[in-house]
Amino acid sequence: MDRNQTHRNRRRIYKALHFFGLFLIMEVICIPGLWIVLNSFRPTVEIMAKPPVWNPTFTLDHYRAMFGGAGEGGVPVFLYFRNSLIVSVTSTAIAILIGMGGGYAFARYRFAFKNSYFVGLMLFRAVPGVALSLPLFIVFARVGLIDTHFGLILVYVAMNVPFTIWLTDGFFRQIPKELHEAAEIDGCTRWQAFWRVEFPVARSGVASAAIFAFLTSWNEFALASQLTRSVGSKTMPVGLLDFTAEFTINWGGMCALAVLMILPALILTFIVQKHLIAGLTFGGVKG
Amino acid sequence: MTEVTLSNVVKRYGKQQAVHGIDLDIQDGEFLVLVGPSGCGKSTTLRMIAGLEDISDGEISIGNRVVNDLPPRERNISMVFQNYALYPHMTVRENLGFTLQIAKQPEAQITRAVNEAAGILGLDELMDRKPAELSGGQRQRVAMGRAIVRQPDVFLFDEPLSNLDAKLRTQMRVEIKKLHQRVGNTIIYVTHDQVEAMTLADRIVLMRDGHIVQVGTPLELFNTPVNTFAATFIGSPPMNLADGVVSDAGTIVLRDSLTIPVPKSARAHVKPGQKVQLGFRADNLMPVGHAVEEKGELVDLELTVALTEPLGTETLLFADLAGLEVQAKMLNPRPVQPGEKLAFHLMLDKTHVFDAASGVALRG
Ligand SMILES: Nc1ncnc2c1ncn2[C@@H]1O[C@H](COP(=O)(O)OP(=O)(O)OP(=O)(O)O)[C@@H](O)[C@H]1O
Ligand SMILES: [Mg+2]
Repeated sequence: MDRNQTHRNRRRIYKALHFFGLFLIMEVICIPGLWIVLNSFRPTVEIMAKPPVWNPTFTLDHYRAMFGGAGEGGVPVFLYFRNSLIVSVTSTAIAILIGMGGGYAFARYRFAFKNSYFVGLMLFRAVPGVALSLPLFIVFARVGLIDTHFGLILVYVAMNVPFTIWLTDGFFRQIPKELHEAAEIDGCTRWQAFWRVEFPVARSGVASAAIFAFLTSWNEFALASQLTRSVGSKTMPVGLLDFTAEFTINWGGMCALAVLMILPALILTFIVQKHLIAGLTFGGVKG
Repeated sequence: MTEVTLSNVVKRYGKQQAVHGIDLDIQDGEFLVLVGPSGCGKSTTLRMIAGLEDISDGEISIGNRVVNDLPPRERNISMVFQNYALYPHMTVRENLGFTLQIAKQPEAQITRAVNEAAGILGLDELMDRKPAELSGGQRQRVAMGRAIVRQPDVFLFDEPLSNLDAKLRTQMRVEIKKLHQRVGNTIIYVTHDQVEAMTLADRIVLMRDGHIVQVGTPLELFNTPVNTFAATFIGSPPMNLADGVVSDAGTIVLRDSLTIPVPKSARAHVKPGQKVQLGFRADNLMPVGHAVEEKGELVDLELTVALTEPLGTETLLFADLAGLEVQAKMLNPRPVQPGEKLAFHLMLDKTHVFDAASGVALRG
């Protein structure tokens, strides 16, 4: 009786400690984000205040200014948003199609130098994107891809394909090959077997790969800042730079734009959350 | 009419050869079982018939049509896999109807065929569940139902029962046999379990290392194994094999003090001095006086019992014969103590003689 009691108490304490630890980690992750949201709603004086002001005065000034005319600190939000959307969605769609095809091939087929290809793809991931910015800039300048949607899309597809291959390869590998064999015996062509059976089973995995690809493109700054020039192709992360002048930085406006940038990503992640969890804890496929 | 014919079928994986030129004629409506130890090429053979594996050499025809270059979907076959391979994202109903849906059959006809198959296999209650919500036995049933709905010329089974527990396996075995009697299609069935092979097959094909060892009815394989491998693989417990040498006097010397006459069937095929193995089943070595009808020539032996395994209607006895532990069977069991010496009768006409070097059966 006593022993049980102490045992239960100890378990409770461990659990509390566990939650406290998780809470601390979540703080570290969340507070900067929260601070950005708060800053976007408070006057500049408070943003710069030292020590920080915890209960802010609420104002929509930064948003008003951002959507306002160019002279009053406005930026072409809708254009940036449109550019980001076009570039991210298109590059994600292409990267998923190519990456899924590649992942499937790695999972199902045998071909010469398969492992070398795979290692090569992973090594490519290891190269930091910025290191490529100068060569990319030179090449793109020559072929006239600077400051175009197409140029950025190309770069993001190249960035996302290896990761997508790696992720989807893992998902397809976990699907027993008997599934497509059964489908083929049931009357499917190889192509039908993939779309009717294997793709639906791997759907969660593909969805999580798509989210990762989308977020990478949506948030990418380093390369986009080099390869875009005008409002015709600048994405939202690059647009943040509009708030920096020679001697001043408009923190409030920057935070307001950042909030607008975070919002769609957050909403999208929420929508596919179910798939994301299912995809990342894949393996529930029972024959 | 759906005969399946394999002529000189070969499968190579790179340099390694998995199947070495198999010839087989399977009759229309026959239940043929491919049996053999793990890795002997049973699945590979079946998968070549199904079209899931390329044929390296030779020819396969189904119903007088050479199918070497036809994809699986054009061979009009059904296959039941060891892991069932049910489509996890579809309900049982959709799983069953999938093949007809792909074939673009009218909805009414699909419903009718699916319901009929469900009726045969008792799946009516489960139609709206997903495979993950079924037990192993139920999944097995769905897999069979999916095969039935297709109305194939040939059913292929690859170890369909090996993921089930012993009791369920026996039950499903009966159902598969019933299914065969009902639909009457040609069935090719792969298993490594000789009991399954014996109970299900019209004909058994025994394989080893990519070769066919013996083809025949279950009783043919049981009664006249062509070599020691067949003798020990088919039948439970496996056949006893005792090493010996043929003497000038027409006996097999197992030990200085222990000689046994060469059985009639082998007399014309052994030479004095030849090293042989004497094979006999537990059923043919029995303690004397057990009210069992004993046929033909009998050899008297006195053996010491080392261990007993009572199984109810019979008891297995492990006894020492010329330094070899042999198994004998006692019908109408009575208690026997380990260490007890008993008089045994060996039914000589039921024994087999194999050449010791090649393992080939010596008989006329
Ligand atoms: N994809 C492959 N590549 C190379 N060798 C293979 C391949 N598939 C099978 N083999 C080899 O072919 C031989 C026959 O394999 P198979 O699967 O037909 O055996 P099996 O009789 O079905 O055995 P089990 O009872 O274990 O299923 C084995 O030696 C195996 O190693
Ligand atoms: Mg096998």
